[in-house]
Amino acid sequence: MTDTAAQICKLLEPFNSNGTALSAKTDISADLNIDSVTVMDFVMEVEDHFDIEIPLNVLSETRTVEDLAKVVDSRVKKG
Amino acid sequence: MDLLAKLSGIAERHARVRALGLEGVGVVNDKIISPTRAIIGGRETILAGTNNYMGITFEPDCVAAGQEALAEFGTGTTGSRIANGSFAMHAQLERELAAFLGRAHCIVFTTGYQANLGMMSGLAGPRDTIYLDADSHSSIYDGCTLSGAKLVRFRHNDAADLDKRLSRGEDDGGGKLVVLEGIYSMLGDRAPLADFIAVKKKHGFQLLLDEAHSFGVLGAGGRGLADEAGLEKEVDFIVGTFSKSVGAIGGFGAGDHPYFDYLRYAMRPYMFTASSSPASIATSIAALRKLAAEPQRRKRLMENSARLFAGFRALGLDMGCDVVSPVIAVKCPDEPSTVAMWGALLKAGVYVNLALPPGTPNKLCLLRCSVSAAHSDEEIDRIIALFGSVVAEGHGLRAMSA
Repeated sequence: MTDTAAQICKLLEPFNSNGTALSAKTDISADLNIDSVTVMDFVMEVEDHFDIEIPLNVLSETRTVEDLAKVVDSRVKKG
Repeated sequence: MDLLAKLSGIAERHARVRALGLEGVGVVNDKIISPTRAIIGGRETILAGTNNYMGITFEPDCVAAGQEALAEFGTGTTGSRIANGSFAMHAQLERELAAFLGRAHCIVFTTGYQANLGMMSGLAGPRDTIYLDADSHSSIYDGCTLSGAKLVRFRHNDAADLDKRLSRGEDDGGGKLVVLEGIYSMLGDRAPLADFIAVKKKHGFQLLLDEAHSFGVLGAGGRGLADEAGLEKEVDFIVGTFSKSVGAIGGFGAGDHPYFDYLRYAMRPYMFTASSSPASIATSIAALRKLAAEPQRRKRLMENSARLFAGFRALGLDMGCDVVSPVIAVKCPDEPSTVAMWGALLKAGVYVNLALPPGTPNKLCLLRCSVSAAHSDEEIDRIIALFGSVVAEGHGLRAMSA
């Protein structure tokens, strides 16, 4: 797991109410059984942790921790 | 793959509610007796979750105006506003509403939902950014999606958080639209408008305020939160609905921008749908005149809201916001207990809204009340008494486990 993915997993812990083992392949919404609003709340935490902007409209193809890590990395580098 | 297989989770959740003998999201009013009374399940029930803030749905002159329009102009317009569906009365409502709001322009939509869909997608495009409050109504979220704009969500009612996110974004040359609501529909709290205006002066964006729950309700003139806060000049665009204070169905957008009227040709939810029926437009005109002429309705609404708020506070209930508002939500522990208490309240003779995640902020389970100017003191006291026995004393929970 990349460092970014590991940080994302740590941020995901408070949202992991069903005790899923988190990995790069974890599907954030489906595996953790969290609704659309909670996913957006989680993304806000990720934005603040990395001090980046992740517009909601770029997340439509983002499902797993790995996917989100890629989005974060591309935006951190840009900044 | 069966397309509807994805609904299995919804089906299971629905079955759990049904197992309790309740129809949480499909209550049927068999008869509406008055703005505050209906027959539900064979029982006369006090309505405390209708958003009928002004209690204006049975005013004889509004009903007569609707009947007259129905007889004179027919049952429907059968067309879009940009084709055959613009009648003189649609333009008249727009003129009267613009005058009421003190705005140069007003555009009327068929529903409030479409007003937000239309305004978001008309104002912002793929090169622009919309900053929306995290607790925004679904119609705002859906309008943002339709716009194709970049969407940035900021923490609810947190102007400093908006400031941070505006500072974080790179200047891509596109426009910036910030969307707030006058009164948030679930918890009843108002946007801290002055704080957001300070951020507006620093960053320079265009501001849209959705007054769906505050139009007719707040401000000396009943124009909403911006009226109450004395900040109307700082707000670029107003959105509102006819399905709450106005007691009909429809929505509107208003503003002073010289190009505002051209939005009519840039908003798909305005163009590609039939216009409001004559009866609905005529009742909206009559009701709007009432809102202007009868400020005592607002006074009465606030007195009723204060009475319910004080009663709930005395019961020690955990409420959605700490100021008096016509939306008064009671926070409950979890979904099963909320459903049970909601059902117990309904059986005891009061209808409130059952509000559950993801329709609520912060995963809250709520028993949401909306107050009407038409509620009598006795009705408010009855609502308080029933919340006392069902919620505060927990009889609703015991009924569930029995």
